[in-house]
Amino acid sequence: MIHKYIQNDKYIVLDVCSGGVHLVDKLTYELLDYAKPPFEKVCPDEILDKMSGYDKNEVAECYDELRELYEAKMLFTDDDYAKYAKMAMKAPIKAMCLHVSHDCNLRCKYCFAQTGDFGGCRMLMTPETGKKAMDFLIENSGDRVNLEVDFFGGEPLMAWDTVVETVKYARSIEKAHNKNFRFTITTNGILLDDEKIDYINKEMSNCVLSLDGRKEINDNIRPTPSGKGSYDIIVPKFQKLVAGRGDKDYYVRGTFTKYNLDFANDVLHINELGFEQLSVEPVVTDESLPYAITEADLPAIFNEYDRLYTIMEKQTVEKDRKFNFFHFMIDLNQGPCAVKRLRGCGCGNEYVAVTPDGDIYPCHQFVGIEEWKMGNIFEGTVNQEIKDYFAGMHIYSKEGCSECWARFYCSGGCNANSFIYEGDVKKPHKLSCETQKKRIECAIALAAVKQETGE
Amino acid sequence: MKHIKTVNKANLKETAAKGGCGKCQTSCQSACKTSCTVANQKCEAVK
Repeated sequence: MIHKYIQNDKYIVLDVCSGGVHLVDKLTYELLDYAKPPFEKVCPDEILDKMSGYDKNEVAECYDELRELYEAKMLFTDDDYAKYAKMAMKAPIKAMCLHVSHDCNLRCKYCFAQTGDFGGCRMLMTPETGKKAMDFLIENSGDRVNLEVDFFGGEPLMAWDTVVETVKYARSIEKAHNKNFRFTITTNGILLDDEKIDYINKEMSNCVLSLDGRKEINDNIRPTPSGKGSYDIIVPKFQKLVAGRGDKDYYVRGTFTKYNLDFANDVLHINELGFEQLSVEPVVTDESLPYAITEADLPAIFNEYDRLYTIMEKQTVEKDRKFNFFHFMIDLNQGPCAVKRLRGCGCGNEYVAVTPDGDIYPCHQFVGIEEWKMGNIFEGTVNQEIKDYFAGMHIYSKEGCSECWARFYCSGGCNANSFIYEGDVKKPHKLSCETQKKRIECAIALAAVKQETGE
Repeated sequence: MKHIKTVNKANLKETAAKGGCGKCQTSCQSACKTSCTVANQKCEAVK
């Protein structure tokens, strides 16, 4: 299977199953409408006839090159990965989303967590529960050495003591268990102060800082409980944090909605504020809501991704890259192995979420949906039926994925979005598929430009 | 080649044969976690 597309002036051919990316000329691009395996030794006359607008010798030459790539297993390669799907079995738990706070000090209109409480009570996790969660993770991590813990909410800074005590405890026991904890935090920034900034920059291997872009865009959708905007409070704090971050990872992360389909302006605005690691992504929500993105918005969104791509391409060619855009980042050579690409996030199997009272769910998006509750860390049990179910989630078990060209890049998408918006974990969320495919096209094209320019 | 330029190793099949060690970072696919694709993750077995 191949996928061919044009990005600006580039004719790009992706060989789906080898991961090969080929830049071709216009003739070759058109020839691929007709030239398919099995390849003949010489270009068949009927293909030459169909390409009548071109010189016959040139067409024959292109045909030979395509055949050469095919024989080198770099074009039209077979999908023989199904056998690796059998490796999609139950695995140790190596990552945890720790909901230290089911409360929030903002009232973002699109919040999937119902402004922080996940449909339940507003509550904070105690330090004891945080520590117990670390014990649980170690006990269930088998031979995995690197363990990831993301402090999440609600707003995790509202449970700061729990964050600090949990990290301290995990650090005190990791060596004895031959583990290496990697902590991350996702924050709206309201409660950041110098002490917390220093601590985050010391202890958190990555941090996600929520900001939606231009002041009026951000403040409209991310107000405080009193209805005031959050932009002026958080931007200086984020700038201070990033200034002291050194070479550690961070992302300033925004959400775009129907209210700002010109979201590239928000990406550029965040960059102008001094941030270089950026992520702005579409809201995923009930389509009946006023800010929801619907199918009708897709052309505008695709145009905007193209605009962003063009800006980044220009900066790359001119060797003047001003920012990274998370969803256009792709490593065409050293990315994850195919086995990982079959399985995706591993939620409910390798990754779980733990609530303030210790309940276990497949991931943060499933929290509060009773039928998906997997257990409780204080009971120390994990529902094996649910774990088995998620262990079996891969691109060959999901509807439509095995025929999709993007399957080794998106891995079947978000299980929770599929369940919440399509009613079935095995049925990928269509709107997310469409935007994801567009981003992957841009990402592959940009990677090709980087390769050409030696970035 | 005159008409085609291949920009990468096209080695996905090789990675399948040697892969599956599970050492890599988790890659949440959800929009709210800024990790929406596995493709921008790194293989941690490659040093």
